[in-house]
Amino acid sequence: MALLEVRDLRVSFDTPDGIVRAVRGLSFSVEPGRTLAVVGESGSGKSVATQTITGLTRGATITGSAYFEGTDLITADAATLRRLRGAEIAMIFQDPLSSLHPHYRIGWQIVEMIQAHDRQISKQAARRRAADLLTLVGIPRAAERLDDYPHQFSGGMRQRVMIAMAMALDPALLIADEPTTALDVTVQAQVLTVMRRLQEEFGTAIILITHDLGVVAEMADEVIVMYAGAAMEKAPRRDIFYRNHHPYTQGLLASLPAQNSLRLTPIPGTPPSLISLAEGCPFAARCPHVFDRCRVETPPLADVQGDPRHQSACWLNHDVTEAVAS
Amino acid sequence: MAVFLLRRLGHGILVLWLITLAVFGLFFVAPSNVAQTLAGRQATPETIALIKHRLGLDLPIWKQYLHFVENAVQGNLGYDYYHQVAVTTIIGQALPVTVSLALGASVLWLLLGVFNGVISAVHPRSLADRGLTLFALFFYSFPSFLLGLLLLYFLYFRLTLAGYTWFPAGGYSPFSQGPVTWLQHMVLPWLALALLLAATYTRLTRGSMLDVLGEDYIRTARSKGIRERRVIVRHGLRSALTPVVTQFGIDLGQLVGGVVVTETVFSLPGLGKTAVTAINQQDLPVIIGIVLFASAAVVVANILVDVVYAVLDPRVRLH
Repeated sequence: MALLEVRDLRVSFDTPDGIVRAVRGLSFSVEPGRTLAVVGESGSGKSVATQTITGLTRGATITGSAYFEGTDLITADAATLRRLRGAEIAMIFQDPLSSLHPHYRIGWQIVEMIQAHDRQISKQAARRRAADLLTLVGIPRAAERLDDYPHQFSGGMRQRVMIAMAMALDPALLIADEPTTALDVTVQAQVLTVMRRLQEEFGTAIILITHDLGVVAEMADEVIVMYAGAAMEKAPRRDIFYRNHHPYTQGLLASLPAQNSLRLTPIPGTPPSLISLAEGCPFAARCPHVFDRCRVETPPLADVQGDPRHQSACWLNHDVTEAVAS
Repeated sequence: MAVFLLRRLGHGILVLWLITLAVFGLFFVAPSNVAQTLAGRQATPETIALIKHRLGLDLPIWKQYLHFVENAVQGNLGYDYYHQVAVTTIIGQALPVTVSLALGASVLWLLLGVFNGVISAVHPRSLADRGLTLFALFFYSFPSFLLGLLLLYFLYFRLTLAGYTWFPAGGYSPFSQGPVTWLQHMVLPWLALALLLAATYTRLTRGSMLDVLGEDYIRTARSKGIRERRVIVRHGLRSALTPVVTQFGIDLGQLVGGVVVTETVFSLPGLGKTAVTAINQQDLPVIIGIVLFASAAVVVANILVDVVYAVLDPRVRLH
């Protein structure tokens, strides 16, 4: 059984400019101990989707369901969500400097997290646990560094602290929202290694939000490619890189710097506005293979060549055409 | 830290010295007839000259100034012209009144301002936010003497007429002569001062809190699964208080130097009222003494603010 099963998630915000449909019918599932990478440009709805299922989206209209170990996170009350957050579903974020409270020692911040969910544990025991966690993520002299403030750590070390805090209560699911984007390239690999090691040790499932396909290649088991609030393609990691189907996925891969080429191939145009999204494929305006049907009818997500693990929302997908026809 | 404090103290002494120069200069630019007033209408020029000599007013200004500085360094601020009371004694008598006023009012306005500011920031654009903003701006735009008079009219005059003598018309009763009487005398002045200043603090806290609540570390705090109240107070307010503390230090420093209007309206014999009386009588030693004391209060408050700032925010280092 899936650890997290999200069905037809829709999130919209009422703004002075109109209703922003940030997530438009997203479905996915995460298996225990596996890593799902959610890939897409800024504004594609990947962060909103994950923050919504943990109850951190404010002032939004939300429909759909997200079952986590039998609880629907969308309809759950605030207290239930609060008990799950941190203990069962932990999160780390993009910028580890601004994500840690600048006025508190990191030991205090980790202990606070442990004590929020374990009221029995003594402060000393929580501190020992915090020190063990820091050692686990590779911070030297962990016991002493508990009394340091976030600004006394380097960027990579701060993200290790965030990871240590997130793993403190052995969560079943870790949501990592662009965990390496703000870090130096040399440090990125170290942080990813730490994440993978802890995942093996704790058996944690990871939702990895990123726009970096290099990170996807390094970490992911399954991949969702998002565009304009919807999934364009879902596939196991190998298929995304070697048997990809959707023109947007191909565009993303083509825009990567390659070793034998001096030029980058960007995707022309910009993503559509999420306020006035017309009927039809959201990628139509930028797609090199666009034809008439793409502009009038939205292609649903359907299996590629009969493989249920690989789906693509494109009219060039024969299975899509068949599914709609039948 | 020690170097920082020493340097700041040095700056403070320099400021105080410049202030004595300015006050002395101003006083002698204005026409003075202290000796004439003291001697009375029928005094002979000889009497006036004698009085001038006794007060040291016949000396050249620079000599008078040197004399003043020489005494001041030894902790003697001189004697008032009319009763020959030591200026330090006068300040010592007025200070408890002003401190009672400033401290009590500051507790009130801090509680009011910070509480209202947090409520407004947690529910921005809500009915509560709009109501509290209106409340704050209403009192903020009041002239302070009018607010004092209105409080006296309703809470002293009308209440006393109705048979409830809860608050006196003004004046001061020392804490040592009974805390209840002291409290009765202080409540209305506190309100007059606090309602006025609470507005600044409501707006300051609201703005600062709104900024902080948008920070990434607040999202982290929520993602940890701690209670919302704790997120707001321990994580949000903790950061949002820094600018409030700065403002508070400056305000309190200024108030300790005398609250002229409030003290006058409620006939509180504090530093502010004493200063006004002294100015009317051209009583130079008292004026200089109070101005010097008030400036010292502001200087010390500013140093304290910097120290507290460093305690609140570990990223700030004093040097």
